[in-house]
Amino acid sequence: MDRPYGLLAELTYACPLQCSYCSNPLQLEDYRDELSTEEWQRVFAQAADLGVLQLHLSGGEPLQRKDIVDLVKSANDLGLYTNLITSGIGLSKRRAQQLRDAGLDHVQLSIQADDQALSDQIAGTVSFERKQAAGKLIKELGWPLTLNVVLHRQNIDRIDRIMEMAVSMKADRVELANTQYAGWAGPNRAELLPSREQLERAEVAVRAAQERLSDRMEIIYVIPDYYSKYPKPCMDGWASRQFTVVPNGEALPCPAAHEVARGLDLPPATVREHSLEWIWEEAPLFQQYRGDAWMPDPCRSCDRKEIDFGGCRCQAFALTGDAARTDPVCHLSPDHGLVEAAVEAANDPTRPRGSLIPRPQVVRLNLGATVTQGAKS
Amino acid sequence: MTYNAARGEYALLSPETIWVINATGAAIVELCDSQRTIADIRAELRSRYEQVADGDVERFVADLVTKHGMEVDHG
Repeated sequence: MDRPYGLLAELTYACPLQCSYCSNPLQLEDYRDELSTEEWQRVFAQAADLGVLQLHLSGGEPLQRKDIVDLVKSANDLGLYTNLITSGIGLSKRRAQQLRDAGLDHVQLSIQADDQALSDQIAGTVSFERKQAAGKLIKELGWPLTLNVVLHRQNIDRIDRIMEMAVSMKADRVELANTQYAGWAGPNRAELLPSREQLERAEVAVRAAQERLSDRMEIIYVIPDYYSKYPKPCMDGWASRQFTVVPNGEALPCPAAHEVARGLDLPPATVREHSLEWIWEEAPLFQQYRGDAWMPDPCRSCDRKEIDFGGCRCQAFALTGDAARTDPVCHLSPDHGLVEAAVEAANDPTRPRGSLIPRPQVVRLNLGATVTQGAKS
Repeated sequence: MTYNAARGEYALLSPETIWVINATGAAIVELCDSQRTIADIRAELRSRYEQVADGDVERFVADLVTKHGMEVDHG
């Protein structure tokens, strides 16, 4: 078994934004009992001992944690490469300077759209201008700037304009990532999944931007797996390269595995009871789909099993109720009809227009206490 | 670039990517100081190692530059 390279620390699920494609779990309430500063610091130290090199600080909105500067400093002192994944809300000039001084290596800023009204609508919160200000601040302080744009039916036709905005923001990297249907994106799939025509135009726009801007920035395009023949090599295999610790200290082999973990009826692997080393090497949840012994056919006898590892366990669970099935995205999956039906609906010109369910806004009052507002799941 | 004792290997870290590199690769990265040219680096490596073929350093550096793991200072 290899040692993990990366740890995604989801520090809190509090977030001022309400994006309906949010990958956070539907049961946000269950994760309110957040790890303390000391507990996270212990997790980071154990991660470094385990050989982790990169620490991604995410959420929710990680800047909702009042101790974010202390957490970055501890991680930096341990020699970890630190990456802050943020909406930009809460990144004041003073906070940014403190994070810079604490040794934060990189900032990834989420972008919803190039247009203020659309951006604020997708985010469910007035945030466009503050994101622009955050981007400016990130560059002024000398950080490399990555913009992450989740693509879906409502913004995928705007790639040219989004890229113009990325140029004006002096971004160094842009991730154009088609929505993955985990968390809140699941119940919103019918409104988020783009049509085939939209995707074809998007791919042309992405290729043109990559050629035009190759000397200026790196553009990463994450393909929509619903339209591909084979599944993604999700996480490079279950518990293979990296893992996630969620706000209440549960460790997951993948950032979307909350539901799978519950569905399996295994004891939770929590950092409050176990060391990261034990979790990585011994926890039943981490062993469950490691390697290929768990695979059913068609994966078991497939020569691509070393390439895509059977696809995404969380997607298999979400669509079929059984995480051990072949990812239904694969055209060889006996459940592929589920994906075909969703694609067909997205391409039906007479499809009724529904509405998106916003992720509830969760506001953090102080350490360990969060309140939830807005729509309930 | 970092050397990780727990892993016993060198790695070059960028925002979402980790390149694990061997000792020779690490030596090249260390020598890339925005002052030395490729030829300087090749000469330095030849003083340390017996076999450094023409093009080895170029290939390594060009690969990392293409992947945005390194930048070229044309100054």
